[in-house]
Amino acid sequence: MSARLLLAIVFVLLALPARAHKPSDSYLTLVTDGMAIDAQWDIALRDLDFAIGLDTNGDAEITWGELRARHEEIAAYALPRLAISTEGRACPATLTQHLVDDHTDGAYAVLRFRAECGGPFRVLHLRYGLFFDLDPQHKGLLRLEYQGKSTTAIFGTEKASQEFSLAAPSRLTQFIDYVGEGVWHIWIGFDHILFLVALLLPAVAYRFRQEWRPVDAFRPAFWNVFGIVTAFTVAHSITLTLATLGVVNLPSRLVESVIAASVVIAALNNLYPIFSERRWMMAFAFGLVHGFGFASVLADLGLPSDALVLALVGFNAGVELGQLAIVAAFLPLAYALRRTGLYRHLLLTGGSLLIALLAGIWLAERAFDLALLPS
Amino acid sequence: MNSCLFAALLALSFLMPCAGAAPYIPASDAQVLERLPFKPNDPVARELAELRAAVRRDPRNLDAAVALAKRYYGLVGEDGDPRYLGYAQAALAPWWDMPSPPAEVQVLRASIRQFRHDFDGAVDDLTQVLEREPRHARALALRAIIHIVQARYGLARYDCQALQQAGNSLVGLGCEAMVDGLTGRAGPAYATLQAAVSGQAGLASEEMLWLQVRLAELAQRQGRDDLAESHFKQALAQGIPDTFMLAAYADLLLDKKRHAEVASLLKDKSRSDVLLLRLVFAERALALPTAKDREAELAARYEASRMRGETVHQQEEARFALQVRNDAKTALMLAQENWKAQREPRDARIFLEAAIAAKDPAAAQPVLQWMDESRIEDASLSNLARQLKGVRK
Repeated sequence: MSARLLLAIVFVLLALPARAHKPSDSYLTLVTDGMAIDAQWDIALRDLDFAIGLDTNGDAEITWGELRARHEEIAAYALPRLAISTEGRACPATLTQHLVDDHTDGAYAVLRFRAECGGPFRVLHLRYGLFFDLDPQHKGLLRLEYQGKSTTAIFGTEKASQEFSLAAPSRLTQFIDYVGEGVWHIWIGFDHILFLVALLLPAVAYRFRQEWRPVDAFRPAFWNVFGIVTAFTVAHSITLTLATLGVVNLPSRLVESVIAASVVIAALNNLYPIFSERRWMMAFAFGLVHGFGFASVLADLGLPSDALVLALVGFNAGVELGQLAIVAAFLPLAYALRRTGLYRHLLLTGGSLLIALLAGIWLAERAFDLALLPS
Repeated sequence: MNSCLFAALLALSFLMPCAGAAPYIPASDAQVLERLPFKPNDPVARELAELRAAVRRDPRNLDAAVALAKRYYGLVGEDGDPRYLGYAQAALAPWWDMPSPPAEVQVLRASIRQFRHDFDGAVDDLTQVLEREPRHARALALRAIIHIVQARYGLARYDCQALQQAGNSLVGLGCEAMVDGLTGRAGPAYATLQAAVSGQAGLASEEMLWLQVRLAELAQRQGRDDLAESHFKQALAQGIPDTFMLAAYADLLLDKKRHAEVASLLKDKSRSDVLLLRLVFAERALALPTAKDREAELAARYEASRMRGETVHQQEEARFALQVRNDAKTALMLAQENWKAQREPRDARIFLEAAIAAKDPAAAQPVLQWMDESRIEDASLSNLARQLKGVRK
């Protein structure tokens, strides 16, 4: 509270910044539980002044004192110009609080009110008529929230009455959407797939005197893969969470470059032992960076502020599912082929070389902002 | 909508820290929340009050309504505040929805419509007026400019010539010179217009300003930037703070990397989105401490305009996306959308620049086609077109 106050005082001392020019808008937020509506309505002081006059002393400045003195008139002017009703029933509004807020083009009176509809409802009818007689280009920008889902709408002279049905998508549908996005991202994110493949290629073999030998049994190969995938998962989940919650942020060019570098190193490790058999450590270290990459995709999808955790968990689960699908397809095949020359020479050596080369080009592209491959 | 949500939305799109705060109760009664453009005793305010009173006495009096609407419309140009467009429209309410209102109302309706980028609606209105009154000078001038903006040069030339015959020969000449400048005849058009302007004494400063900006554009098209600058200076000397002129002059200075001059030219002009954009470019180049805040402010204004469902900012937003956000993809998308409505050299330029940055030469095909068809000569556009051809996809 005191920081706020201090900030407010500093602003007064610095004088008001030049305000932008913007057409007249009001911002209306309605939050409903299907029974009653809690609302906040931000109306520009300039518009209210034009409509009912706020500058009582005629000095071209509106002070809090002048505004406070007109609170009753403001409520009496504004509230009847928004008609809220449900299936045939009006929802009378009662003002609860007068506040002030700043938008890009100046100060706004904030009216908080509660509308009671006298029973549960599924359809909400709004008729908006503020300022349309004075400024036909005025718009009312609505955000309607029901069960964590928000709908937006714009009211204008040609669209003054609108109806909204309260059908929130279930949390489950929302969750499944994010899972799908996660799977899809792994599927189209070649750099993540190649990183995993480069780490998994040698999983059905072991190094013996600078030579790859096939493993004798499925069990050690499985645990090897399990360790790598778990380390990668734990690591990228950590950074995906931290970045999505806004705790840490890295420049995307750096992240994308290091992801490409991680693929190069993972592939080269199959040709010259760098991390040798402790590939799970590499999976963990670079997994941290891949997590930032996932986070930027998730941010691009748009995050619901009210369902952040749901989105995060869903997306992450999708990424893991996509990953498991790749492993499930890869491991049995590689295990079956592990004794053949096809696997040892062509796939393991040739494949690693190819991956290193491709990722090397990505690295150059991302680090130096070039375009070497056709997109 | 509360401002923190606003900021959260912004933060998502641009990874900005949450700058907005929640609604609050001011600390004291004396705290000034808002400054109004006028005191009730200012001459402009009194003039407006009288005009408004006349309309209130008799809302269906055409002359009173048109006088008030014209005054408000004039304020939009002087001050850049789009609220006055709505006030002008309100004054014309009894006639606004008529299919063919009185000519004065219809020309004002066209003016207001083109401001909101409803160019088709505006041209329809003007065409109707000109069918009834073929020599209506303001209708001719406005329709010519819209044709120019939308690259219909034949039709534009026709209106400019009609305008010369309708009585305003110098503005008509400037109008035709604009068309010439866009169709490969910038040199001779400059010479003709320059001779006509210097032979004319006692021009009104609004007219002089408009003509000087046309001369500056023609000089720029020929690559004669010093000459262009001298015309911008003469335009400035008219003492009218015209937003379009200041923006064009600032762009010239930005091209010459004279950022400090842009910063001082525009430092008090940040109310206008158009000028704030130029100020952001200059202050970023100079690494001034205020640059970050201005950048955030401009981003917030674009976001507010998007929430309103408006597209009038696309050309400028594309420049912002490309140069400030380094987001070539978004810039290209905005430039493409903008090209559907506006096709002037500056619209072409950001389109080409965005296509080059996005390494998508095919996207800019419409611009190359426009350059071929119009036969425009413009050093910087030709340069960009060459660069574009060198881009490999």
